[in-house]
This record gives sequence, C-alpha cells and structure tokens, in this order.
Amino acid sequence: MANQEEITQRVAALVVDHLGVDAGEVKPEASFIDDLGADSLDIVELVMAFEEEFGVEIPDDAAEKITTVGDAVSYISEHQEG
Amino acid sequence: MRRVVVTGLGLVTPLGADVETAWKNIIAAKSGAAAITRFDATDFHTNYACEVKAPGHEYGFDPNLRVDHKVQRQVDPFIIFGIDAAGQAIEDAGLLDMTEEERFRAGCSIGAGIGGLPGIESESLVLAAKGPKRVSPHFVHGRLINLISGQVSIKYGLMGPNHAVVTACSTGAHSIGDAARMIAMDDADVMLAGGAEGAICPIGIAGFGQARALSTNFRDDPTKGSRPWDQDRDGFVMGEGAGVVVLEEYERAKKRGAKIYAEVIGYGLSGDAYHVTAPHPEGSGAFRSMQMAMKKSGLDLSEIDYINAHGTSTPLGDELELGAVRRLFGNNIETLSMSSTKSAIGHLLGGAGAVESIFCILAMRDQIAPPTLNLDNPSENCAGIDLVPHQAKERKIKAVLNNSFGFGGTNASLVMKAV
Repeated sequence: MANQEEITQRVAALVVDHLGVDAGEVKPEASFIDDLGADSLDIVELVMAFEEEFGVEIPDDAAEKITTVGDAVSYISEHQEG
Repeated sequence: MRRVVVTGLGLVTPLGADVETAWKNIIAAKSGAAAITRFDATDFHTNYACEVKAPGHEYGFDPNLRVDHKVQRQVDPFIIFGIDAAGQAIEDAGLLDMTEEERFRAGCSIGAGIGGLPGIESESLVLAAKGPKRVSPHFVHGRLINLISGQVSIKYGLMGPNHAVVTACSTGAHSIGDAARMIAMDDADVMLAGGAEGAICPIGIAGFGQARALSTNFRDDPTKGSRPWDQDRDGFVMGEGAGVVVLEEYERAKKRGAKIYAEVIGYGLSGDAYHVTAPHPEGSGAFRSMQMAMKKSGLDLSEIDYINAHGTSTPLGDELELGAVRRLFGNNIETLSMSSTKSAIGHLLGGAGAVESIFCILAMRDQIAPPTLNLDNPSENCAGIDLVPHQAKERKIKAVLNNSFGFGGTNASLVMKAV
C-alpha cells in the first residue's frame, strides 16, 4: 500500500503528463481547472488515469468533489485497496 | 470575381517536416519509403510505407514545435500534422498578428480522407478489453476530420468559415479549391486550406491491403515500391503528413506587401459515377475535372508547363490518367512535363492534393520539375510525354495543373500560375 508521499508523486506525474504543466505548478492546493488549465473532460480523463494507476474506483459523485491535487491524493489514500 | 493568391506554405511529409527540407529532398530524388516502424507489419499484406520520421531523424518531425503537449495526448496523428502545417503556413504568410476584425474574415478549410483511424482502432480495443468506462473522453473530438480546422481556429483565433472536406484522396485539392471560392465569393479574405492524413496503423494497412490497393512486391527495397507508370508497379505506398496553404484575396495581399507564391486560377470537380474504387475505364471523370479547371483558368492548353499527376502507382489508375491528359492536351503534351511526387513520399491520401499543390508552387518558384522515381520501364502508352524519370528537370514553369482522384469516384483539379 502506497504511502501519502508516494501517492503525491504518482498523482503529480499523471497531472504533468495529462495537462502538460510544469511539475512545479502541481501543488496540493492547485485547482485542476483554475490553476492547471484543465477542462471538464480533462478531469474525466485524469480520474480514469487515477483509477488505473491506483486500482481504486472513483464514482462520479466522488469525482465531482475532486477539484484540487490535494483532493485527489486524499481520496486515493483513503480508498486504495490494501 | 475576386482573385485568390497563395501567400503561405506549410508541409509535414515523410521527406521533411518543413517546406524547404521536403522540397530539397524531393528535388534530390530521395525516397521516404522504409519498413513500417509504428507496429510489427511482418504478417501484413505489405510491411513498408512512407512514415513521417521521428524527432532526431535527419528530416524528422518534432510535434512539440507547434502543438501543445495536452493536445498531442488527446488527438490522432493527422490532427497533429495538420496543426503544425497550418502553423508553418500562417507564420510564412506573416499573419500571426491579425486584428480581431481581420480574424473575423479568416477561416480554415483543412480536411482529411479517413481521419483518426489509429485512435478508432486503439480505443475500440480498449472498449472490448475494459468496457465503456475506460474509453477516452477525448475519443470523439480527437478523431473527427474537421478537428484540424477546429484546433487551428482556436489556436490562431480564426473566426471566419470553418470547413473540412472529406473526399478521400481528392480532399487536399478540394479543400484548396473550395476555400479559394469562399474568398472569391467574399465569404472570407484569408483561408488556411489543405489536407492531412495519418492512417499508418494495423487496421489501415490491413484495410487498404484487403482492397488490393497497396504495393506488396518490394519488401526487399521499399524505396522501389512507388513507381508510377512503370511496368512493375503494383499498388500505392501509404504515406502520411499534411500540407496547408494560406489563400488570400489578391488586393489585400498586394496592399500588405505579402510574398505571393501563385494565383489559383482554375478549379474543376467531377464524379465518375462508375465504381467505388476502380476509376472509370475511359478516365472520363479525370478528363472532365481537368477540362473544367482549364476552362475556368482562361489559359490555353499550351500554357500548362507542368502537371503534378495523381499517379499513385496503381496498375489501372496511372494509365487512365495519362490517357485523359493525352485526350485533353492533344499535341501540347509534347511540350509539358508531368510527374508524380508520390513516387518519393507515397500516397498521403487526404493530404496528397495539398502537398502536391505546394510542390507545384515550388516548381514554379524554382523553375524545376520534380522527378518520378523508379520509372525504369515505362508502360507502352507513355511514349511522347516527359514523365521526368529519375531526376528533377530544370525548365520553364509558369502555369501548373494538379490532379487528385479518390475512392467513390471523386475528382478534383487545380490550375495555378505565377503572378
């Protein structure tokens, strides 16, 4: 089971790849839409990538509440399979 | 009717990802054909094609020059090629800083023959293996043919007509012809026009292979595979890439001191109404397409110096096109030169007509006809016409004709002249 730091790194790598942003911009408080230039479809794709990467299922209602990098890390930490 | 001129050029081809590199290699009689690298094609009908080369290759394509990383992840190769070629063209024309008023009158007409075949293939496999919830949310708009025009309009703020032709291998020529008419009819002052293709993928090679359209006999030396009018020709070699031109209303171009490459003076279109893949046995569609373009141009038949033929290297098509040219031009074929640059870069399908129109323009600029490679033993019907075998030929070129013919029996011809 991945620890918080490892999850943060893997999430950041996915965000950099999918959104084409610099790693330095991917801070916990960064909003996908307001700070990292994502649109709603980019977020759908990112959530899919998180699900594949961490083997978690993120239902639509939960996905809607993931608006920042930190939100994603928290959700994955709490829900990943041991 | 308003006059329409070409003021910018952009190319992504298997022999170079900018206009001067591609043209230099065409004139040097190089071939872009090689074994397919995108996938293991060993067991396919053919294992060679003319791929756009990777970054780092002597004449490779670097998508990072003009296409955002995020867009690259979301769209198929044909869109990436198209965005880059359009960017080259608008930069070349010096039109990056148009005002909002000007951009209301500037549009896009960049099509493709097939569109996002690689992505349709790969996402279908995802669907089959993992179900609908794993299909990319960018699947649809990353594959649609009009998304070159869409992406380019967004990137450069072009708010005029936004159009995309889909006429198989005639797409590039129709795109330029239709866009020129939009300017002539006062719908726009500036149009980015052209075509792109990127269909070198398993289902693409398998599909064209099953249609018996591809060259298959030259696995030992793929550079010999595309050989228009040669007796050993056995089908086309698949190419990929894009060609885009900036078309501009003549008075506007003159007023701003633009570099004017050529004027589009004739456009012809026709349908074979005969068969889905085979050309009309008398080349009647090709003949009428050329005839209409020549009539519109107002030129005498004797004034055409160079024809860039459709010339795909298929057994039937090459002969029928030549026959149609012979019937239309009569004795004038003795003084013109005709070649097929598909012998060097393969068949770019929806991109072909645009890329080849650019080669026509460069032939006028440099007064040199590009060669037909591999024309070792011309068919017997080739007597009496200069098909520019093996090597480029310096000659007077003031007016040109470009032909494109596509599946479905769709034909387009463009006539351009130096200004």
